Amino acid sequence: MLTASRTLVRRDLLLALRRRSDVATALLFFIIVASLFPLGIGAEPNLLRSIAPGVIWVAALLSSMLSLSRLFAGDHADGTLEQLLLGAAPLGVVVASKTLAHWLVSGLPLVLIAPLIALQYDVAADLYGVLALSLLLGTPILSIIGAIGAALTLGLRGGGVLLSLLILPLYVPVLILGAGAVEMAGAGLSPSGQLLLLGAMLIVAAVFAPWATAAALRISLE
Amino acid sequence: MSEFFNMGGYAFYVWGSYGVTFALLAIEVVVLMKRKRETKT
Amino acid sequence: MTTESIKWFWYSSPQTFFPLAGRIARICTVLAAVFGVAGLYTGLFVAPTDATQGEVYRVIFIHVPAAWMSMFLYVVMAFWAAVGLSFNTRLSFLMARALAPTGALFTFIALWTGSLWGKPTWGTWWVWDARLTSELILLFLYFGFIALQASIDERRRADRAGAVLAIVGVVNIPIIYYSVKWWNTLHQGASVSFSKAPSMATTMFIGMILMALCFWAYSIAVALTRVRCEIAEAG
Repeated sequence: MLTASRTLVRRDLLLALRRRSDVATALLFFIIVASLFPLGIGAEPNLLRSIAPGVIWVAALLSSMLSLSRLFAGDHADGTLEQLLLGAAPLGVVVASKTLAHWLVSGLPLVLIAPLIALQYDVAADLYGVLALSLLLGTPILSIIGAIGAALTLGLRGGGVLLSLLILPLYVPVLILGAGAVEMAGAGLSPSGQLLLLGAMLIVAAVFAPWATAAALRISLE
Repeated sequence: MSEFFNMGGYAFYVWGSYGVTFALLAIEVVVLMKRKRETKT
Repeated sequence: MTTESIKWFWYSSPQTFFPLAGRIARICTVLAAVFGVAGLYTGLFVAPTDATQGEVYRVIFIHVPAAWMSMFLYVVMAFWAAVGLSFNTRLSFLMARALAPTGALFTFIALWTGSLWGKPTWGTWWVWDARLTSELILLFLYFGFIALQASIDERRRADRAGAVLAIVGVVNIPIIYYSVKWWNTLHQGASVSFSKAPSMATTMFIGMILMALCFWAYSIAVALTRVRCEIAEAG
């Protein structure tokens, strides 16, 4: 089972590296969206500092959602997905492995770039750690839950927009906890409650969501 | 009676709520009845 | 297979359920009318004027029952979705599909009346309190369910995909509610809360219960009629 998982992760990473532009566009989207807010709201430093956690988190959310349709679409198009369904590895493991690879390529870069955005918003230096940690815990949850949506909307016309409509309500708790953690830290309080909750959500999602995604994949591919 | 309709000055809010609610429920029923009639044929 | 289990699944066949649904729908229509009249009478005439909010609090007799219904119907929808996935009974999926529009409607009514209650009480047309915000997200969950089923042409896939979505949604509702509640306390600046509703005189409570029963009977009647239409259309 672990070999299957390792193979899948490596394969997906390799495929993603071959299509670097897909990955890069999601990242650029993250940066551009975050840059739009000051243009729309005004660049007053106190205002920017107060909205920064929310803006960065929303931008990460949207960027994550955009890249989700890639998760199964490629394998679905060339028939690999059906083979994986019929294969020996449990579908839950397959899903988890693909999601992990997806996060490494789409979510982790967001965690690494977020401090740059925080710089743009003149966020206080001691908040960078909390911000990065909240994203580190939160973006995998986004990928894991998002995979359910990607599996449900596989091959549908409405595609990306429908996926967003399905997934965004489920993203709300992650957004609230993630941005909330940074805001708590900004107010001088301890963010450990929110971060621990995020951690708990990550564990629960990682255990249960792949099962739902696998069921959704089977339904979509019948 | 006019006092009842006035609802202490809040007529707009109270009747706006009750009115829209019953309008929406009525619309739902009408649409459903229409569908029922069409499936019977 | 015992006689008991046969009886349970007797009504899971659309053909046998069809007349039963009609009977129940008719009864519930009458019940809805009776409860509705009783509830409206209690709410608009019997219940006293509130000391702090005046007459405008009477919106509560629509707002709260509608909110209760919106959440209850989603849970019932998810229940039928789970039954459908477990036993592969077509009728269960039809029930879930039939409940969604009515559930979404009550969610909208809860939001609309909440807004109209908020404006004179708190000064703004929209109040970002925990309950209203959770209702808004619930509306999106309903829309997602309806949109997903509408965008899949193949019936069986639509039923089952919607079912998975409904179950994932219902599991998330408590999480969403509590996170929104926490978010609301964090941003105490907007310290308005619908939990500061008038302390319940008994008549007010009875009025709300009667309206809730009215909406419940209405929902059953409408959903079962919709299921009958679905059965008839499927041919």
